[in-house]
Amino acid sequence: MPSSLDPVTRDLWHVIAATDELPVGMVETTLLLDTRLALTRGSDGAPVVWLRSDEEAGDEIDPETILERLPVKTAYGYVWTSLGTPQSELFPIPEFAEPDRVNMSCGSIGIHVSAPRAVENFLDMGHFPYVHTDILGSEPHTEVKEYDVEVSEERDEVLATKCRFMQPRAALSASGSIEVEYVYRVPHPFCSVLYKSCPEDETRRDVIGIFLQPMTEERCRAHLLQSMIDSTNSITELRRFQQTIFGQDKPILENQYPKKLPLDPRAETPIRADKSAIAYRRWLSQKGITYGVIPQAG
Amino acid sequence: MPLSLTDPHWYPIASSDDLPFRHVYQGQLLGRELAVWRADDGNVNVWENRCLHRGVRLSIGINEGQELKCQYHGWRYANRSAGCTYIPAHPADAPARRIENRKYPVREAFGLVWSAANAELPFAPFPGAEAADWIALRPMPVNAAPEDVAAALARLAPDDQPAEMLSELVVRLAPVTWFVQPVDSTRAVIRGLHAGRPEAPLTVLRHYNEMLTRLRDRLERAAARKPQPAPLQPVFEQVSVDLATMPDIAVPRGNTIPVVVKRKWQSADAIMGFELAARDGHLPTFQPGAHIDVHLPNGMTRQYSITNGPGELLSYVIGVKQESTSTGGSQVLVERVREGDVLAISEPRNNFPLRRDATRTVLIAGGIGITPLLSMARFLDKSGLPYELHYFTRLGEQVAFRSELEVLHGRVEFHTGLPREASSARIAEILGEYSFAQHVYVCGPASMLETVRATAAARNWPDEAVHFEYFKNDKIIDNSTAFDVELARSAMTLHVPAGKTILEAMRQAGLSVPSSCEQGACGTCLCGVIEGEVDHQDVYLNESEKRANTAILTCVSRAKGDRLVLDI
Repeated sequence: MPSSLDPVTRDLWHVIAATDELPVGMVETTLLLDTRLALTRGSDGAPVVWLRSDEEAGDEIDPETILERLPVKTAYGYVWTSLGTPQSELFPIPEFAEPDRVNMSCGSIGIHVSAPRAVENFLDMGHFPYVHTDILGSEPHTEVKEYDVEVSEERDEVLATKCRFMQPRAALSASGSIEVEYVYRVPHPFCSVLYKSCPEDETRRDVIGIFLQPMTEERCRAHLLQSMIDSTNSITELRRFQQTIFGQDKPILENQYPKKLPLDPRAETPIRADKSAIAYRRWLSQKGITYGVIPQAG
Repeated sequence: MPLSLTDPHWYPIASSDDLPFRHVYQGQLLGRELAVWRADDGNVNVWENRCLHRGVRLSIGINEGQELKCQYHGWRYANRSAGCTYIPAHPADAPARRIENRKYPVREAFGLVWSAANAELPFAPFPGAEAADWIALRPMPVNAAPEDVAAALARLAPDDQPAEMLSELVVRLAPVTWFVQPVDSTRAVIRGLHAGRPEAPLTVLRHYNEMLTRLRDRLERAAARKPQPAPLQPVFEQVSVDLATMPDIAVPRGNTIPVVVKRKWQSADAIMGFELAARDGHLPTFQPGAHIDVHLPNGMTRQYSITNGPGELLSYVIGVKQESTSTGGSQVLVERVREGDVLAISEPRNNFPLRRDATRTVLIAGGIGITPLLSMARFLDKSGLPYELHYFTRLGEQVAFRSELEVLHGRVEFHTGLPREASSARIAEILGEYSFAQHVYVCGPASMLETVRATAAARNWPDEAVHFEYFKNDKIIDNSTAFDVELARSAMTLHVPAGKTILEAMRQAGLSVPSSCEQGACGTCLCGVIEGEVDHQDVYLNESEKRANTAILTCVSRAKGDRLVLDI
């Protein structure tokens, strides 16, 4: 286990797989915080996770025979586990339970970058016109207007509100440019949830979650959740849209250097548009997170 | 000797052929990644391969010929200085000039591009370099320790003709001199220079390529068998404290820079061009629309716009109007300053930032007001962005910088000798109806500025889309009021009596406050307002900024009430 694994990170719930994609009675393997894990699902549907020794992916296994298990939780379509002693609850996304929403996992994508770098990219609106040209942004709408950021003590999360951005095609159900209003939450050091105005229903908001599985300090897997109000598009189409967006981020993220997120404010040059990223970095620093980041010296 | 991050020696990092125009080459030296690119003026830039903003490799950036554009957030960096010239997330603010990427020394010689980890040693050609014409061989990357690679190259020599070690990583085996580029503790690139042009070049090139391939295979097999040294850990320099905090909109006044008057010429009737060259290296980065203060021999200071295009930093070109009524400012420059003289100038400041994400950019110049707009047109031109430039001159007045204007690719129109009403009508036609992402930039006599502002307002152009710069505040300043200012950060309360400015009161209290024009035109003394209503008397802030009541120019503006609280 790496020396930079701090107790906060160890005790967190971490996402490791989409529940539906986990085979029953067959071993799946993955990596979490430099630790090899094996997982499967019992005939009752409940996932089982344990420290991997000589298991190989694809081995048949009777989950009943696994005695030393890691904690497991299923939430938002994904399996979560922990290497330490996690809190009983995972952060809430109440919208997920609304009956008329289409909830879907949109795939798990490996990226050669630290999980916090990926979270920060998710929070960032300034890159929309350049990285997601003609989808989430386009010139001449490059300006990042003032927005509000707070670190909610009560809920222990970073919250950015009144984020507005002009988007040519904010969602699959959007036709033409609209100014989209966003709310970003970072309720977990490696997870973020985004609420955006829904083209189909003005009174409600689409929800997109990104859950990062830190595999090593410089590598992660992004697990995406969409919880949409969309009566016309198929789940496949909705998934493909989100994967297109993520496919555009991946090469940029993998060209970020260093791959770990520097927490020292002097490591990079922030601008006013980066308020949420600055709050996020400071929040990680105050929590004492050292995994996947370059901590502030002194 | 183990490799060191601070090794001051020069090494080849690329072949000249690796740097075609509009391409960014990823170089490597001593554990560092480098973005290496050739600008349209031929200059080769060697920069740390990271955008200062969020660390994305600049080698995936876009080379626009005089600027490099980062793919992540569209930040642009200038040829030569590596200074940031544009931040699209805040297009209305000019970025501080001091946002500069880390750069490394560079020389192009003998078909290779050379660099060093620092500038401690001057570039020196290798022994015998001048004795031949050299042809660069195809480079060969090798996953082995650089010193092992050099030793293996030396062992290629026949027994009767041992290799000559020119230095630790340079081996001569005539007719080829081999250079080992230390990429990292376990990686190297072999670069060879062949003396003279061989008779059958292809055969010779193929021979060396095959030889190096065999050598590489052998070296990599040997390296796999022995313990590997740790890779070098590059150190990323921290940005300065003031950059790490939220940037201010106003750029503080910097130091003065000596420049040589390299050229002085008559650009048009009553307009002199001056080329002010750096005494050593290049001048600081500027943005289109930026100006410098020129310190004149008679002790006065005057502002002049820089007319240069992007990345042209070896000298600044300014235009100076000879005015018969001048009280000695520009007249001194025109009459007394000669080629070869040394002048002091300020760092460039930009109160007139150009957006580069507009769908339509209209530049309107009157007379000498062409200078900042010429620079803007050149920037837009280089980036292939659409623009139109309208240049109004009076009858009998000549067009300044005509040859510079004629080489532009955008729409450039000259309007000569139009009477006032006709000019107004023409301006109304030019502006047309406003639609989103149209911007107009205007510089010229006060009457022209007023015409453009009034016409634009009548045609529903919002204030944010109409950009102008006054060098002079023609208004009569009313300084008859008296009030108190509380300086929030300095924990001080000062009384400002009638006849004295806030700036003067602050200076008298021992505060050092930057200022330049001291007539409410340049924005240098801008400061934040926390409480109290401002009596704006400047021409720097636009109407909506004035209404917002969040900023004040302390050199002319005052309080409407009896108290102001300033963020200073």
